[in-house]
Amino acid sequence: MPEPHAPTPAGDPTGAPAIELVDVVKRFGATTVLDGLSFAVAKGERVALIGPSGSGKTTILRLLMTLEEADGGFLYVDGEPYTHEVRDGRRVPIPEKRRRRVRRRVGMVFQQFNLFPNMTVLGNIIEAPVHALGLAREEAVARADRLLEQVGMADKRDARPTALSGGQQQRVAIARALAMDPEILLLDEVTSALDPELVVDVLEVLRTLAETTDLTMLIVTHEMQFARDVSHRVLMFDRGRIVEEADPETMFTAPTHVRTQAFLKAVLG
Amino acid sequence: MTGGLWSWEQAAAALPPILEGFRVTLVATVVGMVIAAVLGLVIALVRRSAGRWLTVPVGLFVELVRSTPLLVQLVFVYLMLPSVPALVIGCTVLGVHYATYLSEVYRAGIEAVPRGQWEAATALDLPRARVWRAVVLPQAVRNTLPGLGNYAISMFKETPYLFSISVVEMFTAAQQYGAATFDYTEALTMVGLIFLAVSYPTSLLVRRMENRLA
Ligand SMILES: Nc1ncnc2c1ncn2[C@@H]1O[C@H](COP(=O)(O)OP(=O)(O)O)[C@@H](O)[C@H]1O
Ligand SMILES: [Mg+2]
Repeated sequence: MPEPHAPTPAGDPTGAPAIELVDVVKRFGATTVLDGLSFAVAKGERVALIGPSGSGKTTILRLLMTLEEADGGFLYVDGEPYTHEVRDGRRVPIPEKRRRRVRRRVGMVFQQFNLFPNMTVLGNIIEAPVHALGLAREEAVARADRLLEQVGMADKRDARPTALSGGQQQRVAIARALAMDPEILLLDEVTSALDPELVVDVLEVLRTLAETTDLTMLIVTHEMQFARDVSHRVLMFDRGRIVEEADPETMFTAPTHVRTQAFLKAVLG
Repeated sequence: MTGGLWSWEQAAAALPPILEGFRVTLVATVVGMVIAAVLGLVIALVRRSAGRWLTVPVGLFVELVRSTPLLVQLVFVYLMLPSVPALVIGCTVLGVHYATYLSEVYRAGIEAVPRGQWEAATALDLPRARVWRAVVLPQAVRNTLPGLGNYAISMFKETPYLFSISVVEMFTAAQQYGAATFDYTEALTMVGLIFLAVSYPTSLLVRRMENRLA
């Protein structure tokens, strides 16, 4: 049973935050999804993003993965400008090469898994370590086997993703992201495409990961118990803004904002 | 001497030149299809990723090829390049002609690869070239197999056009045999049957592939 706890971030509190957003603006056509959003995540901190669907949570993760481009503001990873910087008083994009160097520290797990169907489970996991990090194949395979063990998928090493259940695919996707040895892991509703009975295994893998590593994690989830158990801090989003921010205990037992109260009532019943 | 009723002797006599012609037909189809498959992919990739200085001329070339008949293209190139062997011209023109159609098949196949695949590759920081080679193209080519199969059948059936540049493929062989013996019945019937015997099972195979992919 989870006891009242507010675990403290493992990283050093003096250094730059692992992630920082400053005045980030994101529009899709005429819709402004994020309008000057700012927040930071400390090294080793696990932050849960909750809020109604359409509030911009996925967009934040996609910006951090460079799958979307911000229309304004700045993103920093470990204090390094990530997508744009100020030069001669103007906001200019950062060259792709530097962007890639920073991006290498960030990994993401998607709602829809997005495994490569033309490769085996093992192939999916070693692909990027070999071809992006330049690891020797044997080393990548050893790493993959260790990770497959960790996510309980060692026996499916040579299977095709299409032969796996959603829960199994997602565990492979987690292993694939971890194989790049990221400092920051972005999780976008990783269980919401799964049948209910498959959710537990995936969350268990993530719980263990949270307990045994000092990975910085940004977790978008509708699993409130999970958010409560693994996060150091919870941010409640509504229409692209943080309407409330608190430690999990406070957020889930004594939310102050009326939007948070309504949202939690709706999802917790 | 005169045609009309079927004669097994005539059929037997016509068979050797027809089979020799069939060999040429097969060579033209296979070589033409290899050229079309490779060049079609190159065209699709160029039109998708290259700068305007390349996409515009390539686009114009594709339109030109598609807007003119294969027969005209064959004869035109044949007359322009008198020193090149006719079969080489035949295979190349067939290949280039079909490449312009196959490029569309590839384009559709590439677009059918879900966006999530690209995004996962970006999240894993895979180099662009590797994403194409290891992730997108294998899935795209799988999507295009039925289309490639259909165009291969279609090219096979259009090889008689090589008649126009005096390549003796199967149909021309039958024609020549008929002209020499004043009896076309057996020769042309056999050519038709051979086309049927190759095309029909192949199209069944393609349909099975389509069903498997759907
Ligand atoms: N590619 C896109 N094109 C247009 N609108 C988009 C796109 N992606 C997201 N949106 C819009 O942005 C808003 C926020 O979406 P999202 O970040 O996915 O929210 P959440 O993850 O909180 O449900 C929604 O209104 C959504 O419709
Ligand atoms: Mg979302």
